[in-house]
Amino acid sequence: MHAEREILFRESAAAALLDPQLRANFRRAMDGLISKRQAQFPDPRDLQELRDLSTAIRSRSLLRLPELLEQLEASCTKNGIQVHWAETCEQANELILGLLRARGAKTLVKGKSMVSEEMHLNAFLEANGVEAIESDLGEYIIQLDGETPSHIIMPAIHKNKDQIARQFSQKIKDAQYTEDVDELTAMARKVLRQKFLEADAGLSGVNFAVAETGTLCLVENEGNGRMSTHVPPLHIAVMGLEKVVADLESVAPLYAILTRSATGQAVSTYFNLITGPRGTDEKDGPQEVHLVILDNGRSRIYADPELRATLRCIRCGACMNHCPVYTRVGGHAYEAVYPGPIGKILTPQMEGVGVRHDLVHGSSLCGACGEVCPVEIPIPEILVRLRREATHSDPNSQVAGKGTGRLASEDWTWRLWAAVLKRPTLYRLATWFATRLGGALPVGAPLLREWTRTRTQPVPARRSLSERMRAEGGSHD
Amino acid sequence: MTDARTAILGRLRAGGGDGPLPPLDTAIMARRQWSPAERVARLRRGMEVVHTEFLDATPADWPAVVRAFCDRETLPNLLFGPASEVGAALAAAWPAGGAQLLPYDRPVEAFKEELFTTVAAGFTGTVGGLAETGGLLLMPGPAEPRLLSLVPPIHLALLRASTLQDSLWHAVKALGWGRNLPPNALLISGPSKTADIEQTLAYGVHGPKRLIVVLVHDLA
Repeated sequence: MHAEREILFRESAAAALLDPQLRANFRRAMDGLISKRQAQFPDPRDLQELRDLSTAIRSRSLLRLPELLEQLEASCTKNGIQVHWAETCEQANELILGLLRARGAKTLVKGKSMVSEEMHLNAFLEANGVEAIESDLGEYIIQLDGETPSHIIMPAIHKNKDQIARQFSQKIKDAQYTEDVDELTAMARKVLRQKFLEADAGLSGVNFAVAETGTLCLVENEGNGRMSTHVPPLHIAVMGLEKVVADLESVAPLYAILTRSATGQAVSTYFNLITGPRGTDEKDGPQEVHLVILDNGRSRIYADPELRATLRCIRCGACMNHCPVYTRVGGHAYEAVYPGPIGKILTPQMEGVGVRHDLVHGSSLCGACGEVCPVEIPIPEILVRLRREATHSDPNSQVAGKGTGRLASEDWTWRLWAAVLKRPTLYRLATWFATRLGGALPVGAPLLREWTRTRTQPVPARRSLSERMRAEGGSHD
Repeated sequence: MTDARTAILGRLRAGGGDGPLPPLDTAIMARRQWSPAERVARLRRGMEVVHTEFLDATPADWPAVVRAFCDRETLPNLLFGPASEVGAALAAAWPAGGAQLLPYDRPVEAFKEELFTTVAAGFTGTVGGLAETGGLLLMPGPAEPRLLSLVPPIHLALLRASTLQDSLWHAVKALGWGRNLPPNALLISGPSKTADIEQTLAYGVHGPKRLIVVLVHDLA
């Protein structure tokens, strides 16, 4: 899904900063997640050892990616899971609609899947007469309000209890107003269990796909993932093509570091391994299981040895939990499916670095994301690389929209700068004016205005360094 | 979509560098080991933190322990897999009256509505447990259907102390899961839970509201 227009993060971020409720909701949630993760990694050496192992597992998977995908396909097929490939989100949507229509399915219950968000699957299905119901509690909450997730693990984290209480009392039939979290949860349980019971089909994402055994691994706490994949007669799983790992033994360390990094849990409530549809003599489970493998720009990211690290991501969300920018502006300000630091490197590579150039600049490069990443993705380095890609058109680069984020004003500024620096007389004249008159500029002067809005005005020294060197008899040695 | 498949794999092959595979040092996984008695204590601690309840039993009296729980909670019924070894043992020892034993012996389509609305509890065996983090390993199948441990509001699971593994990593090797997996296998560490409303933990969101482990102390 390529963005057509330039999307300015700085504008939506500025608006988000003015919302004290939003900032309080995120601050509280992120502080909690940071300390819970910290408690799971008491020994920094153990953490580093686990990170090194996890990074090696993901790197090996990517190095063997085409071979592992073929092996996954063969194993799944042997187990009775039908495998489909989609180059684009449009293709994936059509594929899924085709599978639903083939069984006459009118309702689809969904476990949490970020790839389906990437595809805008719900809107597509609604437009084609299929009701898609989000069943993860957080996803259900935001679907009621027609919103998108603001966090990849906790999609409704931007809302507080009072907001959800009001929403439930207005939107759920016969609901009494309550701010009690257990009662709110019970209301959603009642509605959604009926949906699981009646649904014609279920959809899920995939946390890890095991090539050797043809197994789809699903990590969750609520049980909605199990409900969506085991109750309806048809189960469709969607995954980005990078999710494959070689064997089940490799999954154990990734699972261990995923839950700890994401929500500070040593283990999730459920870890569900799906290796096939309902077997002979089995009494339940789906009669059909399908796996849709989506590219959507990933193979292009894969072609660049440095940017390929982006595909190591296991979607834990630790980078956003620790990001000073994300914590202050929240997830929606990014106007992207994947917010936060990982979104800042993934979105421009998927949608074009030109239309999304503002995203790669909206970072203080503090390095927290890279430091907590369980698979050591060098997010700050990749941000810097993408900043360059946005303004340069390297013939060897495969980055989408390379060079299209260059602003004319930026171009002229650098040309002027170069022209001045190449001519000593001009340079001396410019520094003379800057030192003598720079302090006299009004606060509202063009360009300076941007700076002084939130900072004090810088006052240049009365004389430049080279003037003082000459006057005080210094030498270049 | 054969075309999509060919195109995607073609792009990946063209773009892939064949660097050497980085080595895997699994020492961090391998060294997480405990004595059999410590395993039981760790599993219990790890699962109790997330609201799992434990009932102590012996190899001989566990059916009576299950029955006593049902009586105490005045459960109207208990769904079980009659073809499984533990299911058959439970049925053989079940006294008449009180909670009714419901066999899960037909395709779910035949009683889906009943399963969702009138079944009070489900009983399953396990194939092991995890000491490192706490957690039960289940292998549903023809004898123990998948929804037995998911749909009823209470899940009772029989766990023998002798079957505990150190961690998931050890279990995958010990159970041979790496080669040959049934259509469904899973790890369960507690009752269904969510923290999606203001990071506040709430139990019983979609799956069981309570998880009761019937722990059979069978260590020598």
